[in-house]
Amino acid sequence: MRDLVKVYPAARGRRGRPATPEVRASDGLGIEVGRGEIFGLLGPNGAGKSTLVRQLTGLMRPDSGSVHVLGHDIVRHPERAARLLAYLGQESTALDELTVSLAVETTARLRGLETARARAERDDVMDELGLTALASRPLKKLSGGQRRLACFATALVGERRLLVLDEPTTGMDPVARRAVWGAVDRRRAERGTTVLLVTHNVIEAETVLDRVAVLDHGRVIACDTPSGLKEQVAGEVRVELVWRERAPVDVPEVAALRSSAVESGRKWTLRLAPEEARAAVAAVTGGGAFAALDDFTLATPSLEDVYLALGGRGGDGLVKA
Amino acid sequence: MSAVPLEAVVRAEEGVVPVPDVAAPLGARARLLPALGAVYRAQLSRARVARIPLLFVATFQSVGIMILMRGVVDGGGEAHAVVAGSSVLVVAFVALNLLAQYFGQLRGDGGLDHYATLPVPPAAVVLGAAAAYASFTVPGTIVTAVVGCGLFGLPLTHLWVLAAVIPLSGAALAGLGAALGLLAPRPELATLLGQMGMSAALLLGVLPADRMPEFLQYARDLLPSTYGVEALARTFAPDPDWGVVLLDLAVCAGVGVVSLAVATWAYRRAAVR
Repeated sequence: MRDLVKVYPAARGRRGRPATPEVRASDGLGIEVGRGEIFGLLGPNGAGKSTLVRQLTGLMRPDSGSVHVLGHDIVRHPERAARLLAYLGQESTALDELTVSLAVETTARLRGLETARARAERDDVMDELGLTALASRPLKKLSGGQRRLACFATALVGERRLLVLDEPTTGMDPVARRAVWGAVDRRRAERGTTVLLVTHNVIEAETVLDRVAVLDHGRVIACDTPSGLKEQVAGEVRVELVWRERAPVDVPEVAALRSSAVESGRKWTLRLAPEEARAAVAAVTGGGAFAALDDFTLATPSLEDVYLALGGRGGDGLVKA
Repeated sequence: MSAVPLEAVVRAEEGVVPVPDVAAPLGARARLLPALGAVYRAQLSRARVARIPLLFVATFQSVGIMILMRGVVDGGGEAHAVVAGSSVLVVAFVALNLLAQYFGQLRGDGGLDHYATLPVPPAAVVLGAAAAYASFTVPGTIVTAVVGCGLFGLPLTHLWVLAAVIPLSGAALAGLGAALGLLAPRPELATLLGQMGMSAALLLGVLPADRMPEFLQYARDLLPSTYGVEALARTFAPDPDWGVVLLDLAVCAGVGVVSLAVATWAYRRAAVR
């Protein structure tokens, strides 16, 4: 594992449309990913994840800054990106009307493999991911998760040493997810494959990632291992209250909690210090509020809390950027 | 967090030893012809899933037009123009209109990223797709030409010239369609341009030229499908002037080269934004 995959994009005012103000989708951000690492990019919509990935894959040039992939300068030689990495984007329109088998084979051929080798790799990858039964079905006719798995298969053929995966497991059932992470792990163990993962799924991020960078407004606001990030909110407990119909705000204790709660319908989510949490639970389980309470949970922080604390409130979270 | 402390953290974990920045070997690159073949084959297979109904529409439309025109045109040169125009219209419908829509859609929703992140020469993607769309037109064009000859009592003798007319006007129109689709800023605009291109081919190609106002005749000369139509129409004559036919086909070929080159440039431009 050597830290040779480097990304230092610092783009300014990307593709500012005339009607909208300049958006700094990458605002002087710097990330370094080690070889063989599974590195995650986490962040709310519009945080700049896709812009970063487009710059890394040579689809977009940064206005300034540099991008190095496996020792190659991608800003100067964007065409080299395609020979170094495999990219799984969110769209499958280019493949939708092909059968799974032909989509994988064509992609392998377009990664420069000879026909026989492309077919052999196609069969191996489809077998590995459990796609063989779907081989002759067009992607369009598959369910969302199956289609995603077929697209993931196209990213695996042609053996690239860096996989850039944009939400690879969206819509997948647990079996398919396991197939994806199994395939990633095997490649990492056997060939030292590096993975850059863009994700919204924080639960998944927690289990598969070595390190994660949280992006917001084109900046890295935190970058650490998932457990390291969780320690940053370790002093807090998450309290979720679900009210039967509506919150009994006429109870003074409940009214006091409201200011620190994130409300979504009948549910209130609060992040509190342990003593405060205990007091809050005592307040809602006793007295007048209890009659209005449908359910409550207490939980130690997950990566989701970190995500919300760091990015979900526009960056004024727990960690100073 | 800036790059410097982060880098320091990672290096510290690795044991401070500076890592030489050795460039990894580049993966293989797809060569033009194999890649073109792969794209062509993949595009052709899409016909099974998506294109068949529209191919029928293209043929029915042309046959319908010929039936309508039978009441207007009594034969002779005008009949030649109608049959030739209707046959080439199938090419315009599929190669220009449908390909413009396809590339417009691909560009609009990010589907081009798939090709753009593969080490494929841009020409392979454009030519492969254009060749496939031109191939889609083959059955419809032949059916239309044969039905037209039957309707207007024209000889089938020289219909073999379709073997040159379809690929050459296919190249010109598919190149135009691909360029329009890739240059249009929005998919709806690509659809609109494709439809308008096809309408132009319909109006200017099928209707006999000498009944048109003068400025429309100039517009007709600018349309690449016209030369395919003329080449085919001339072969219905009892004693075709093969020199002029060849000249018409040469114009088609020339326009094809230029429009496919423009489409390749447009692809590059659309892929890296």
